[in-house]
Amino acid sequence: MAVLGSSLGPIWITVALACATTLTLLVIGTPLAWWLATTKSRFRPVLEALTALPLVLPPTVLGFYMLVLLGPASTLGGFWVTLTGEALTFSFEGLVVASVIYSLPFMVQPLQSSFEALGRGPLEVAASLRASPWDSFRSVVMPLSAGGFVTAIVLTFAHTVGEFGVVLMVGGNIPGETRVVSIAIYEYVETLRYGEAHRLSIGLLVFSFVVLLLVYRNNRRLSVRVG
Amino acid sequence: MNSDAQPGVLDLNVRLTQGEFSLNVCQKLPLNGVTAVFGRSGSGKTSLLRCIAGFEQGDGHIKFNDTSWTDSAAKRFVPPHLRGVGYMFQNAGLFPHLDVADNLRYAQDRAAKVIGSDAEVVSFDKVVTAFALAGLFDRSPTQLSGGEAQRVALARTLLTQPRLLLLDEPLAALDDAHKAELLPFLETLVRDFDLPIVYVSHDVEEVARLATRMLVLDAGEVAAFGSTKDLFERLDISEVSGRLEASALVDARVAAQDERWMLTQLQIEDQLVSVPQRPKLRVGDQVRLRVQARDVALSRSKPQDLSIRNVLEGFVHELEVDVETPFAEVTIELGKKDATQPSSSPVRLRSRITRAAADDLDLAKGVPVFALIKSVTLDA
Repeated sequence: MAVLGSSLGPIWITVALACATTLTLLVIGTPLAWWLATTKSRFRPVLEALTALPLVLPPTVLGFYMLVLLGPASTLGGFWVTLTGEALTFSFEGLVVASVIYSLPFMVQPLQSSFEALGRGPLEVAASLRASPWDSFRSVVMPLSAGGFVTAIVLTFAHTVGEFGVVLMVGGNIPGETRVVSIAIYEYVETLRYGEAHRLSIGLLVFSFVVLLLVYRNNRRLSVRVG
Repeated sequence: MNSDAQPGVLDLNVRLTQGEFSLNVCQKLPLNGVTAVFGRSGSGKTSLLRCIAGFEQGDGHIKFNDTSWTDSAAKRFVPPHLRGVGYMFQNAGLFPHLDVADNLRYAQDRAAKVIGSDAEVVSFDKVVTAFALAGLFDRSPTQLSGGEAQRVALARTLLTQPRLLLLDEPLAALDDAHKAELLPFLETLVRDFDLPIVYVSHDVEEVARLATRMLVLDAGEVAAFGSTKDLFERLDISEVSGRLEASALVDARVAAQDERWMLTQLQIEDQLVSVPQRPKLRVGDQVRLRVQARDVALSRSKPQDLSIRNVLEGFVHELEVDVETPFAEVTIELGKKDATQPSSSPVRLRSRITRAAADDLDLAKGVPVFALIKSVTLDA
């Protein structure tokens, strides 16, 4: 990756991180959003609050606990070490775990909104046509919530690209492993290399703007809210 | 129709509480013909239908023949998609992301998977013909009129090869013109597809036209259950339904077509009535007449010099006087009072006259009268 130049390395890691995070969250976030949208359980507000926490917590708080949780001394971190022989902290894999937590609301909330907007009607129709619950979800809920999925995927991707604090806490600044674009910009500024900082910053700015433009064109309103 | 075989039974013992409302229905419904669930809005008609379909869990039990669908005591609950019940929603419920053909195939494919395509009773071609859908295949549901959407929904429901069809006010969302357009299709459904149907409605006309029997609900309880004809005769129905005007349903046979005066002669037992000609009817066809109580006048002697041509001989079966109103309701049984062989299924009419008139005519149970019928509604 070094041959791609000093800026391409961080860009590549950022894209890889955002892709891995988005895919993981699609798998975890969809059933969670579905459960939140359809459950009558009294634990729903608890789960909703937990899901929304990353929106309000300072990234340093989140990063600090992730560091404790993922460190080799913890159960989870220790298990990872025995499994792979490497520590989860200050690694790309550790960054993915942290980003999944950090971007969780950006996947879950748009999905939950669009599932709720759909209501029970189409599911009852599908059931009356002999479709099993999984079949109904695949053949009716997913196509009818396509807008929600696009919004959730795009926002999760963009939000992961823009993360800084959690990455710094959990991943540090290891070139080719954890140095994402936002960290690279930070280092360029620290070392007074404003030219390189400018190039990356303007790139992120344009990227974020385009993403939000797409989301707003796709949806009348941005379906991320706190609580 | 396999009317010879003993019909199955849908055994309902349903208890459901939703906020202030509670539904409590205990009734066995024969699984043939059309059972209308009738009552004013908020009486629990749709809730009952949703319990049968499995959209609401409730307490008690629901048994389809020997199969238990819901049994709260045994903690048994068969989910909706495994009940083999066709459910038609008020608003059609077509999938907006699929065109008409794909909406139909959605049901067909899944039915084929569950029961096997050789067990198919209702063929794709048959429903397409029956509901005149051939020209609509490529349309999106958003491009359909209300009546067209209901036809597609009806066809789609039939393609699930249901064992029981539940219709939730299929005409309620339509205006009068579209209602008139869809009703004949519902009659086709009843006539050509041999399926037990439970039909929720608050519309008297629809019930009179389509239903074999009625389950009348009032505030979540069964107010009456019986053949549509019997219930239309009974007085207390009008209080329950609010909108149901007292009337009688009478089965008749087409006796003759009078081309000269453009009349159709109908035979009720051994008496004749004539109605403005229905050219499509053939001699021998069975029809059902609805005679409203306010359209029946009474006379003690055979009237003469009268423009009313339809005069039927009978006797007072029941006289009910409501002292709170000026009116009395009289049930007249057709035929002679002391006939040697009383009919096993007597034909009865209802008449709404003033209490004063009832007093003048000395009406009492058993008194012979002539019923003068001003107009009838022919359901054919």
